[in-house]
Amino acid sequence: MTDSAIEVVDVSKRFRVYREKPTSLKQRLLSSRTRAQDFWALTDVSFEVAQGGTLGLIGHNGSGKTTMLKVIAGILRPTKGVVRERGRIAGLLELGAGFHPELTGRENVYLNASFLGLARAETDRVYDEIVGFAELEEFMDTAVKFYSSGMLVRLGFAVAVHVEPEIILIDEVLAVGDEAFQARCIDKVRSFQREGRTIVFVTHALDQVRSLCDNAVMLDHGRVHVTGSPDDVVREMRLTILHNDLEFAREEGSKEVEIVGVELLRDRSPLSGAIPSGETLTIQVDVRAIDPVEDPVVSFALHDATNAFVFGYDTTNSGLALGTLQGSRRIRFDVGPIPVTGGKYWLTLGVHSRDNTRVYHVQDQRYSFDVQQADGHRNQLTFPVTAEMETL
Amino acid sequence: MTDVTERTSEPPRLRVGVRLRELAGYREILWNLVRKELKVKYTASVLGAVWSLLNPVVFLVVFSFVSKVLGGAVDPYAPFLLAGLLAWNLFNVSVLNGAQSVIANANLVKKVYFPREILPLATVGVALVDFVLQSAVFFLFLIAFGYGFQLDVVWLYPFAFVDLLLFSVALTMFVSSLNVRYRDVQHLIGLALLVWFWLTPIVYPIGRVYEYLIIKHPASSLAKLAWYAYLANPMTWIVNGFQKALFQPSNPAATPAPLAPFTAGQLGLALTAGAVILLGLVYLGWRLYFSMSGDFAEEL
Repeated sequence: MTDSAIEVVDVSKRFRVYREKPTSLKQRLLSSRTRAQDFWALTDVSFEVAQGGTLGLIGHNGSGKTTMLKVIAGILRPTKGVVRERGRIAGLLELGAGFHPELTGRENVYLNASFLGLARAETDRVYDEIVGFAELEEFMDTAVKFYSSGMLVRLGFAVAVHVEPEIILIDEVLAVGDEAFQARCIDKVRSFQREGRTIVFVTHALDQVRSLCDNAVMLDHGRVHVTGSPDDVVREMRLTILHNDLEFAREEGSKEVEIVGVELLRDRSPLSGAIPSGETLTIQVDVRAIDPVEDPVVSFALHDATNAFVFGYDTTNSGLALGTLQGSRRIRFDVGPIPVTGGKYWLTLGVHSRDNTRVYHVQDQRYSFDVQQADGHRNQLTFPVTAEMETL
Repeated sequence: MTDVTERTSEPPRLRVGVRLRELAGYREILWNLVRKELKVKYTASVLGAVWSLLNPVVFLVVFSFVSKVLGGAVDPYAPFLLAGLLAWNLFNVSVLNGAQSVIANANLVKKVYFPREILPLATVGVALVDFVLQSAVFFLFLIAFGYGFQLDVVWLYPFAFVDLLLFSVALTMFVSSLNVRYRDVQHLIGLALLVWFWLTPIVYPIGRVYEYLIIKHPASSLAKLAWYAYLANPMTWIVNGFQKALFQPSNPAATPAPLAPFTAGQLGLALTAGAVILLGLVYLGWRLYFSMSGDFAEEL
C-alpha cells in the first residue's frame, strides 16, 4: 500500500464527438447510425501525488489538463483505468459554483460552501473569516446581482480558500484578478502546503509551477509527455512549445535596451541541426535602444539539460565596452571550440547595466542548441589533449 | 487512514446503502438547493408564497363553476377537489421541473462533484414545501368551515402521502435522467401530464367512472378492461386515498357514491401494496439515474 494521496493508473478518457449531436428522439431514430467520432482526451495517463505534495499539471490548450482534473474530481468518469484517492477532495474548477444572482452574499456563501463540501456548522465557523477575506462586510445582505464582477470573484475565492479538504484541485481559477489578488492566492496555496494538504493544480504560469510545485506532469495530446521535477518538466514544456508559442518563454527587464534578434551561427551561416563538439558557435545578438543608455553590458549563460549552470560570459570579459548605446547594434560572441560533448544546452541572454543594478532585458533559456558527440566516448567535456610517444 | 475512493470506468452499480450514506453526507447541498429555489421563487415577487396558495384557489373557482354548469357536482366540492388537487400538484410540479433539473443546473454538473440525485430530489423537495404550505391552509379551511376530520378515514392520509412521494421521486428520476439525453422528454411529459390529469379522478369523482363502466355495462368485458386500465394508474389510487381521507359527501346515500367502489380498508391495503411496488419503481428509476448520471457532465 502506497501512501500517495492520489494515484492515477492508466487513465484514458474518450469523448464522443458528434458532428451534429442527436439530442432529440427524432434525430436518434432517423439517423440509425450516429455519426460519432471518438476523441481520446486522455490516453494511458498515470501519475501519483504524495500526501501533502503539490503537483503542477501543465500542457497546451487541449492537452487534457482540465479533463484530467475533472476525472480526479469525479465529475467525469474515466473510460479506462482507475483513480484512487485518499481523503476528502474539493475541486476548485470554478469560483462561486452555484452562485445565484437573486440570493444575498451570505446565502451564496453557504450555498457555494456546501458544494465545496463544507457542512453548515463548518461554514458558520469560518464565515467571518470568509467575509473578512473578501472584504465585503457591508454587502453580505445584498443580493449578489448588485455586486461588481470583482466583488463576485473575491467572494467566490474567499469561500474557495476556506475549504478544508485533504486534497485540493485547482484549475486556472487562480489566474484571475489583479496582481495583489494573485499574490494572495499564492500565499493561500503556500499555507495549504504548510497545513499538509495535497494540491493538484493546472496552470499556464510556468513560473508558478517552478516556485510552488514539488512535482509536475506535462500532458501532450492526452498523454503524459514528461513527468518529474518542475524544472525539468517546465523546460520540456518550453522546448515543445517553443516552436509555436514564444510567449511562454520568460522575459523580463525594463527594455530600455531591447534584444531584438538572436541568431546562432556556425561559420557565419545559420546553425542547422546540432553543432559538433570542437566547432565554434557564434551567438549573434542584435540590441536596440531608443533613448541613449550609458555603458550597457550584454551577457549570456548556458544551462545544460538538467538545468545546471554551465557557463556564463559577458562583454566586459572581453573588455568590450558598448559605450553610450543608441540605435541598433550587433554583438557577436564566438564560442569555441566548444568543449562540451553531446546534449542540449539552453541559452539565456541578457542586457544589464555594468554594475548589475539595472536589468534592461533578459530572455531566460529561450534559445537552445544541440551539441553533437564528437567521438564514441561518453565524455562530459573535451579537454585539449595531445598525445606523443618517445622511445625509452 | 482515510477511506480510499476509487473512480473507474466500471458502469457504476447502485449499492443502495453505500449511496444513501454518501447522499446523507451531501444533504447540505439538498437543503441549500431547496432553500435557494424557494427564495428565488418567492422573494422576487410581491406576493411571495401567496402565489403558491393562489393556484389551488383559482382551480377551485374554475372547477366549481364548470362542474355546476355540467351538473352532477360532488357536494361539497371544495374539500373534494382540493384533497386530490394538492396531491396532483406535488406530483405534477415535481415531474415537470424534475425533467429540467439536470439541464437547468448544467453549470454545476460540469464544474462540481456531488451526487447527482440531489438535483431531482431538490425539485421534489421544493414541490413538497409548497404541498405542505397548501395543505396547512387547506386543513385550516376544513376546520374553519366545519368539515373537520373523520377519525375512521383520516388514517389513510399518511398511506396516500407515502405513495405520492414515492411515485413522484420515481418518475422524477426517470424523466430527469432521460431528458439529458433526449430533450423531447420535457415536451412529451408536459403533454402526458395534461392527459394524465384528466385520466385521474381529481376534478370528477371516481364513482362516476365506476358507474359508467361497471354498473351501466355489467356484461361488457371491454368496459371491464377499461376499468382495470383506469385503475392501473397509481395516481388514481393515491388521489382516491387523499379524497377518502379528507372528504365526506354531504349525502352519503347518494348514488353513485362519489368515492365508490372502494372502502377505506381496501384503499389502505392497496396503498400499502402500492408502496412496495412504488419502492421498486423508485429503485429502478434511481438505478437508471445513477447509471446515466456518470455521463451527465459530458452530455450537457
